[in-house]
Amino acid sequence: MSFDTIVSIFIKNWPMFLRGAGTTILISIIGTIIGLIIGLIIGIVRTIPLPNKGIKRITLIVANKILSIYIEFFRGTPMIVQAMVIFYGTAQAFGIQMNRVFAALLIVSINTGAYMSEIVRGGIVSIDNGQFEAAQAIGMNHMQTMMNVILPQVIRNILPATGNEFVINVKDTSVLNVISVTELFFQTKSIAGATFKFFEPYFIASIIYLIMTITITRILRYIERKMDGPADFIMAGNQMQVQSPDSIAYKSHTNNRKL
Amino acid sequence: MEKVVDIQHLSKTFGTHEVLRDIDFSVKKGEVVTIIGSSGSGKSTLLRCINLLEKPSSGQIIYNGEDILDDEHDIYEYRTKLGMVFQQFNLFNNHDVLSNCTVGQIKVLKRSKEEAEKIAMKYLQVVGMDNYINAKPRQLSGGQKQRVAIARALSMEPDVMLFDEPTSALDPEMVGEVLKVMKDLAESGLTMLVVTHEMGFAKEVSDRVVFMDQGVIAEEGTPEQIFNNPVQERTREFLKRIINKE
Repeated sequence: MSFDTIVSIFIKNWPMFLRGAGTTILISIIGTIIGLIIGLIIGIVRTIPLPNKGIKRITLIVANKILSIYIEFFRGTPMIVQAMVIFYGTAQAFGIQMNRVFAALLIVSINTGAYMSEIVRGGIVSIDNGQFEAAQAIGMNHMQTMMNVILPQVIRNILPATGNEFVINVKDTSVLNVISVTELFFQTKSIAGATFKFFEPYFIASIIYLIMTITITRILRYIERKMDGPADFIMAGNQMQVQSPDSIAYKSHTNNRKL
Repeated sequence: MEKVVDIQHLSKTFGTHEVLRDIDFSVKKGEVVTIIGSSGSGKSTLLRCINLLEKPSSGQIIYNGEDILDDEHDIYEYRTKLGMVFQQFNLFNNHDVLSNCTVGQIKVLKRSKEEAEKIAMKYLQVVGMDNYINAKPRQLSGGQKQRVAIARALSMEPDVMLFDEPTSALDPEMVGEVLKVMKDLAESGLTMLVVTHEMGFAKEVSDRVVFMDQGVIAEEGTPEQIFNNPVQERTREFLKRIINKE
């Protein structure tokens, strides 16, 4: 158990580590994105104003019930159990043989979707009611309001929480080793089994997990800053050629402030 | 003159509280009507009922000879005919100034991007915000935001403009710039319905002043009538309170 053994195990097994890390990242990226999309769709459906009567009202009530059952179920059961039920369970009960990676993506996506839909709901609730009213006042229907005004703001606001989910997914995909998906933990387990060493491979794995999560956090922070843009508007930044005297005054004012 | 919006027997209750009681009211084409009254008199609710941000409890809203409270009626299409300016501006925070004025035109009226931008620029010039087309709402002052909000509503080319206390959330020195834009619009012949606490504006610009009190229209008439010779005791009292404060 020394630094040399860690290095030698890494040099001997790096393609396996790399492939494992790749699978982990792939499953968590796609799972998080699909989860986010599921969350946004559920957010749209759950905020549709309830019509007073008719078939639409009943459909909407039933749909909302089904969605809350979905959320309760996938938030309330461990992912490792969901993996067993979905992969081995369906194979035994219905004879459906799923591709392992596909099963992994399915599990992570619907699991993340359940969490994301609550995060999206919180994001929608936090948007000022005036934004909805202004959109309605210019004649937008629910879908147009959501797509053009509300959800773009929601996505910005829930970006930190989404990053959280992403990081959790990178780590939690390790439970998918129970269905033999060759992600990082599964690969590390194989290496440990082959070398009869436990500290070194798992130490390497933990470093790789840490590198992945830190990188993701940094990238998301950068995207957040990009989306926010500068706090004040600088007239030189736009393409207007003709300027009125007060705009020139405004520009020199902002420039002075910078100096 | 032709009535643009005609309201008949409109009532609105929140729970057991009656905010509007049996209102009969109409706006004619080209007319500038201001609604005055103390807080809680129902004037904002009346405005919000007209474009259905609040659903009236009973009554009729006749537009183009049709009752738009009828279940069959397309309320989205109706709303595009009414431009609304809010007290809190409510600019779309995720859009810049230009696209605040184009998004409705493109998505709701299905205009092309070029056409929408041309129309938006026209109205941004009217309100004097054409130099700020790339600015985001949070980079603007209150007065600038409200002027953009007016341009956004005008860009839909509505039949009536509804103003819900457009200067109440502004710093005193910014009230003037917004009122000036509104005065220019009134002089251009736009049909306007303005809920306001700015008595000077009401006196100077409007064709008709409506005084509301406790959910009913207590008195209406020309500015001279209302401000100089009010008939009702409560109108007199309200004006005395306001003018003493000023």
